[in-house]
Amino acid sequence: MTEPVAVLKNVSLNVGARRLWSDLTLEIAQGEFLAVIGPNGSGKTSLLKALLGQLPIRSGNISVLGKRPGQANREIGYIPQQRVAETALGLRGKDFVAFGLDGTKWGPPIRSKTQQLQVLDALARVDAKGLADVALGEMSGGQQQRLRVAQALVGNPRLLLCDEPYLSLDFKRQQDITNAIERYRKHSGCSVVFVTHDVNPLLGIVDRVLYFTGERFALGTAKEVLQSKTLSEIFGTKIEVIRNADRVTVVGIPESQHGHHELAGRE
Amino acid sequence: MNVLLPTVLEPVLVGSGLFDFSDYGELLVLVGNTLAAGFALGLLGGLIGIFVMTRDMAFAVHGISELSFAGAAAALLIGTSVITGSIAGSLIAALVFGLMGTRARERNSVVAVLMPFGLGLGILFLALYQGRSANKFGLLIGQIVSVDGPELGWLILVSAVAIFGLIAIWRPLSFATADEEVARAKGVPTGVLSVIFMIILGMATAVSVQIVGALLVLALLVTPAAAALRLTSSPILAPALSVIFAVVSVLGGILLALGGNLPVSPYVTTISFLIYLICRIIAISRKRHQAVLAKTAE
Repeated sequence: MTEPVAVLKNVSLNVGARRLWSDLTLEIAQGEFLAVIGPNGSGKTSLLKALLGQLPIRSGNISVLGKRPGQANREIGYIPQQRVAETALGLRGKDFVAFGLDGTKWGPPIRSKTQQLQVLDALARVDAKGLADVALGEMSGGQQQRLRVAQALVGNPRLLLCDEPYLSLDFKRQQDITNAIERYRKHSGCSVVFVTHDVNPLLGIVDRVLYFTGERFALGTAKEVLQSKTLSEIFGTKIEVIRNADRVTVVGIPESQHGHHELAGRE
Repeated sequence: MNVLLPTVLEPVLVGSGLFDFSDYGELLVLVGNTLAAGFALGLLGGLIGIFVMTRDMAFAVHGISELSFAGAAAALLIGTSVITGSIAGSLIAALVFGLMGTRARERNSVVAVLMPFGLGLGILFLALYQGRSANKFGLLIGQIVSVDGPELGWLILVSAVAIFGLIAIWRPLSFATADEEVARAKGVPTGVLSVIFMIILGMATAVSVQIVGALLVLALLVTPAAAALRLTSSPILAPALSVIFAVVSVLGGILLALGGNLPVSPYVTTISFLIYLICRIIAISRKRHQAVLAKTAE
């Protein structure tokens, strides 16, 4: 049995005075695919920030790749939610992806042939070779999103943290991204923590699902978690999980107490 | 050696038109140091302009230059080196803008509040100053030809330090500029880098104030980079072009001013503006060309 990639023991997390969730104990195994779902404001992104060491935890213990959070970030691929800066950036697709290889190194942005080939290979993995010489500022949100995935993969991470990588992508592109990540996971044994609103594109590949609600959570295989009984229990109200031709729809999620209206799952 | 353009050229200019290039060879010898300083500033301005553009700092540069003017005016009043005063003013402004406004919108309001205050201080100091009035005007519209030998040495040294510093932080700074969140997660010290960048920007602004004056600094720290970024997004080619544009503007401006009776600044600003105009036209015609190609490909 190999060492787990991340270990969380009795972790509680606050943002300001607000408790997001508490007493989360979780081991992420090497090569595991963990989907994190739940309503807006339920602390999904904050889990990623805690794993990156960017958000201090209230109590409990976290170790990532055998180190304190933040100490092993070079071995972590991170795909955040925000768009890249809008101004004329003086960067093309391949330059942006190359930051995943050497963005932390000092000096001017000069790269060897080998590095350039690695970058082109990463672009090919997300079907974005055509974006190599396109100016970053001229790309759509979806195109930038694919580059972000390539940038995360090019550094050969041991842990991949993805925050809503499906945003601004159509269904075909969602599948492309999922396949690229999945191929890399199979090939390298990398673990994936995947925050999403819609678990459906992942149902065939996800090992476990972590479902956050206000302060509570459910953790288990997709089958265990995505059940009317489990979700009704953690939400404390009647939740209906409808399975229809391999798609799961969750109905009846109450408005979160923080005023967000979006539902988890999708029609 | 004090190479005050008006006094040197007075005999030449009497009765002549806008230009007179007789005795040009002798003049060139006199302004050798000035040209060296202009070259160093062109290099620095062209390079840092790329980040001024991508980090959306044009307004901040303008603000820094006004406070640099205030610092220089204060130095003039108390009788110390104008360059020291101008660098002090620039650095203080750059650090205040860097620390108080991490987001562009916040920063813009901080700049907008401090800029008129700094300009007002500068005008106050100049009003109290009893010395030559040419010195006063020079701070606002440029005076490189009136900067003497040792001070030119200082300008070149400050530029060199700034250029090396900028090249050293180039890659992580452009990573942080494009994608601060991922850069920080990967371990780029984004906060420290942005403070270092502001210090370098302060140095660049102070040097530019000496050459084109506080009011016209943007012609060297923004226009060349803006022109280059119209033509290419390559992280190597864009800075290279920007440097060429800036050097051509500064040296061209100084050389043309030698043969005329006008200050350096209007030549510098006009050349850099013309280059920008040409780059825009090239970019537009290139886009049309591509559109035509795409159509024929269909």
